[in-house]
Amino acid sequence: MSAVPAARPAEDAAAEGGEDRSDGSAGRLAGYNLGYLDENTKRMIRRTLLKAVAIPGHQVPFGSREMPLPYGWGTGGIQVTAAVIGPEDRLKVIDQGADDTTNAVSIRRFFARVAGVATTERTREASIIQTRHRIPETPLREGQIIVYQVPMPEPLFRLEPRVAETRRMHALADYGLMHVKLYEDIARHGQVAISYNYPVMVNGRYLMAPSPIPSFDNPKMDRMPALQLFGAGREKRIYAVPPYTAVKSLDFEDHPFQPVRAPAACALCGSQESYLDEVVTDDRGGRIFVCSDTDYCHTRQAAQPREAAE
Amino acid sequence: MSPPLLEARGLSLRYGAVPALDDVALSIWPGEVVAIVGESGSGKTTLLRVLSGLLRPEAGTVLYRAPAGATHAVHDMGEAALRRLQRTDWGFVHQNPRDGLRLGISAGGNIGERLMATGARHYGTIRGAATEWLKRVEIDPARIDGLPRTFSGGMQQRLQIARTLVTHPRLVFMDEPTGGLDVSVQARLLDLIRALVADLGLSVLLVTHDIAAARLLAHRMLVMRQGRVVEEGLTDRVLDDPQHEYTQLLVASVLAA
Repeated sequence: MSAVPAARPAEDAAAEGGEDRSDGSAGRLAGYNLGYLDENTKRMIRRTLLKAVAIPGHQVPFGSREMPLPYGWGTGGIQVTAAVIGPEDRLKVIDQGADDTTNAVSIRRFFARVAGVATTERTREASIIQTRHRIPETPLREGQIIVYQVPMPEPLFRLEPRVAETRRMHALADYGLMHVKLYEDIARHGQVAISYNYPVMVNGRYLMAPSPIPSFDNPKMDRMPALQLFGAGREKRIYAVPPYTAVKSLDFEDHPFQPVRAPAACALCGSQESYLDEVVTDDRGGRIFVCSDTDYCHTRQAAQPREAAE
Repeated sequence: MSPPLLEARGLSLRYGAVPALDDVALSIWPGEVVAIVGESGSGKTTLLRVLSGLLRPEAGTVLYRAPAGATHAVHDMGEAALRRLQRTDWGFVHQNPRDGLRLGISAGGNIGERLMATGARHYGTIRGAATEWLKRVEIDPARIDGLPRTFSGGMQQRLQIARTLVTHPRLVFMDEPTGGLDVSVQARLLDLIRALVADLGLSVLLVTHDIAAARLLAHRMLVMRQGRVVEEGLTDRVLDDPQHEYTQLLVASVLAA
């Protein structure tokens, strides 16, 4: 943001918006409004966010815009981030836990250019974390915002093909069908066979799809101090979980929820607690498990004397 | 005499110019089986759908007396309350089991669905209830994880009945439950329904065009034609001494084996 006090539009939403009059200050691209979206769009999204926060877990429709990346790459998340980001924010973007994959790098660079914000790979230092498919291992704290990219916001869509009917089920809190699915899994496989996007009840009222995070991450959502925002661009839905809200994974009394984790230690940092990716190392069956959260892994590696690292 | 469980007055509904229901009144008392007979297009199924709250009539009221004693006007209830009623106190057995079952879900899941919808959250209990009900409707409990589409027509219909009765409803609406089954399977199913009705003290509203099924199951009978109830009375009285000419025709048309 330029140091010039911008001629503020009358709207109050301009707290971190303002008009674009920068010509490259803080490396920001000229010709774009701060955060790429125009102020009216941001205002619409913020209004949607307020409603979403007021009704935890409820999917609120919004006028999703076309973004300069394809559907499925995070158009929903990027719009939510664009609506809440301000020049003082520090952004971290992860994709499957990693800071250095294509999706993460390009979205981070996008905001560095159109909003001129500082970016970081450190979970602790970030004020906004946009994520695809993971929650960072480092516990989030108050004041942080985590933005999830959501491909399919409707948790019931594989069970009930009619959208109108799923809305009615949400309205009536009629979620027996989801339990039928869990029952079927236990009857067939002996356990609930959902390893990601594991359905949760938010605040004891709304059934919510937590986006395709591994079920390992579900317990982190429960009473999380940070604000959790979910954006689905193609499906045009936004939902949210306010800080310290109860988020319970569905289960049966005699088959309690079991987060899934590979029974191994990280080959790089030796962590026994973090969520692991399996990496094939050669074509003779060699494989190792490494932390999917790269920042967590790097921090741990830096803290210990070099031995486990390659 | 105790008040009726379900009471309908002055029900009317037209499909365009066709009167599907024309000033129909009906009461059903606890533990009673009432058959609604008539030819195709006489408004039987429409009546059942109106009584069970699936369809809204143009005129008339349907009153339901809840176990606690309160009386509800079915069509003035909120959607949530009506749905709860349909899930717990009522049951609906469709003519075609494919309408009443989830074909992609195992027999056990089908039976457990109503339990889970009403808050059962213990897998072992749900599975125990499913096994128990499979036995009661004479399906081998070993097929609890089988998909309904691998079941025969008669088994599917029995599974549908088990799925409906698992929450111990007080009132069950049955729409031609024996339709589309061959005679020996029909006979077994009728036996089963009769035994369950007696065991559980159910009230049943049975729509059928099968006079023999009505005679076997029903205490009372309503004969419908062109949306009107033309005759009403005890089953044996109506069938042995039909008064209305249409009833006489209906009874005379039954084939004696």
